[in-house]
Amino acid sequence: MSSFIEFKHVSFRYSEEQPWVLKDVNFKINVDEWVAIIGHNGSGKSTIAKLINGLLFPQEGQIIVDGIEVKQDTVWEIRQRVGMVFQNPDNQFVGTTVRDDVAFGLENRGIAREEMVTRINSSLASVSMNDFLLHEPHRLSGGQKQRVAIASVLAISPTVIILDEATAMLDPRGRAEIMETINAVKHERNLALVTITHDLTEIVQADRVIVMNNGKVWLESTPRNLFRQKDELQSIGLDIPFVAKFADELKQLDVPLNHQPLNHEELLEELWTYHSKM
Amino acid sequence: MSNSFIIGQYVPGDSFIHRLDPRTKIAIIFTFVIVVFLANSVASYGLLTAFSIGSALLTRIKLSYIAKGLTPVWFLIVFTFILHLIVTKDGEVLFQIASYPIYSGAIIQGAAISLRFFLLILVTSLLTLTTTPIEITDAIETLLGPLKKIKFPVHELALMMSISLRFIPTLMQETEKISKAQASRGVDFKTGPIRDRVQAVVPLLVPLFVSAFKRAEELAMAMEARGYQGGEGRTKLRELKIEGRDLFVISLFLLIIIGLVMTRA
Repeated sequence: MSSFIEFKHVSFRYSEEQPWVLKDVNFKINVDEWVAIIGHNGSGKSTIAKLINGLLFPQEGQIIVDGIEVKQDTVWEIRQRVGMVFQNPDNQFVGTTVRDDVAFGLENRGIAREEMVTRINSSLASVSMNDFLLHEPHRLSGGQKQRVAIASVLAISPTVIILDEATAMLDPRGRAEIMETINAVKHERNLALVTITHDLTEIVQADRVIVMNNGKVWLESTPRNLFRQKDELQSIGLDIPFVAKFADELKQLDVPLNHQPLNHEELLEELWTYHSKM
Repeated sequence: MSNSFIIGQYVPGDSFIHRLDPRTKIAIIFTFVIVVFLANSVASYGLLTAFSIGSALLTRIKLSYIAKGLTPVWFLIVFTFILHLIVTKDGEVLFQIASYPIYSGAIIQGAAISLRFFLLILVTSLLTLTTTPIEITDAIETLLGPLKKIKFPVHELALMMSISLRFIPTLMQETEKISKAQASRGVDFKTGPIRDRVQAVVPLLVPLFVSAFKRAEELAMAMEARGYQGGEGRTKLRELKIEGRDLFVISLFLLIIIGLVMTRA
């Protein structure tokens, strides 16, 4: 598999007087891969997102996206390929209606009007928001606004989507909506997905997890292996989900499970087949 | 906050006036504001009144609703009339109120000026009643288009207007939230002397400003991430089209102007 995003010895700080936010960060993200980047506040995870699409530039090292190095004069090419959804649903809604907001990115790229209309309809359909075409943002819930933000990104047909804490400001229902939407989108279109979060329940579906701590890559792992390291994760301020905690408690009580369960279904499966395996 | 919150006083509808191109409406109203001052005879006033009332009827908006929108200006209209009664001393004395003479010229002139005032307000309010703010923004952008040649930032101005329109409800919701938060901390917005109430606004405005700046910064970043590079090379989703009805209305209006010039005393 070819790597799509590559960080080579990347270091970044906001100004010379300030400490490094990222120190010698190296990782690769492949085409079609879903990578979750986690870490507590100030671990440098959001900075990574802004570096990928050239909203910030590193002081040291190189960032390659789709074979292009991210530099001042390549940002527009990069932003063609990288779509980004931010944390605050309100502060990224530019248009006065859903339709105008999705159009914004297309207008910026000088896309013809007829093409715009088809792209708006198809990308809104992908996030099941096509019934809200003429709704103003204040008539939508947080989850719906974030779905529109995802549609806006899909409309420019990027090769990677970065969700920078896109669910952090939503209620549980909105979160579920967004996770469901990105799952569907991932299945529907071939694209790489980078989700940045501090909520470990959201990394379950990812192919790979990069754990950031103090500006460094602390660990790269699969979600399943990661959940086995409860104490280490807690030492850097991350809390594992309930299911993983429950499995851990069972282990302490000498009830070892065959597989580390990722969600409730898997945990149930482990539990009801427990005796039959003995 | 209710969900039906509408910016400005736009009344959704599908009437002839609603469907006119916003540029046509703006151009006509702009000219109307000028030609209203040409009227100086009964016939010319009649013509303009017929045009204004006719347009108001064509919007299919209830006249009582339009009248309600004009309530704040009724006072000004009546005030202008009374002022003319007192100040103007033309013609013969008709009667006296508390030994103060009222001249015939005063009544005629007062009525004329008040009518002129009323027509101006009525016609301009028809624009905002039948056109969404965003349509007005689009129209202004295209009408000011030629100013781009002298480096006037037309696109930026229009974008600023549309972003402000988009954020009005958001900031209003926020104001409500902050005022509740401050009220729960004991700030009293509703009672007490004016001085205290004005001072109570400070803990409301400061957080509102701080958050507005934060929003602006985040919005700028989101816009950049979505490929915004200024007006150059941009296409537009919303497009304005001059159609048959626009040409018809413009020619009709030109005829009215000609009629107006001919009926002038």
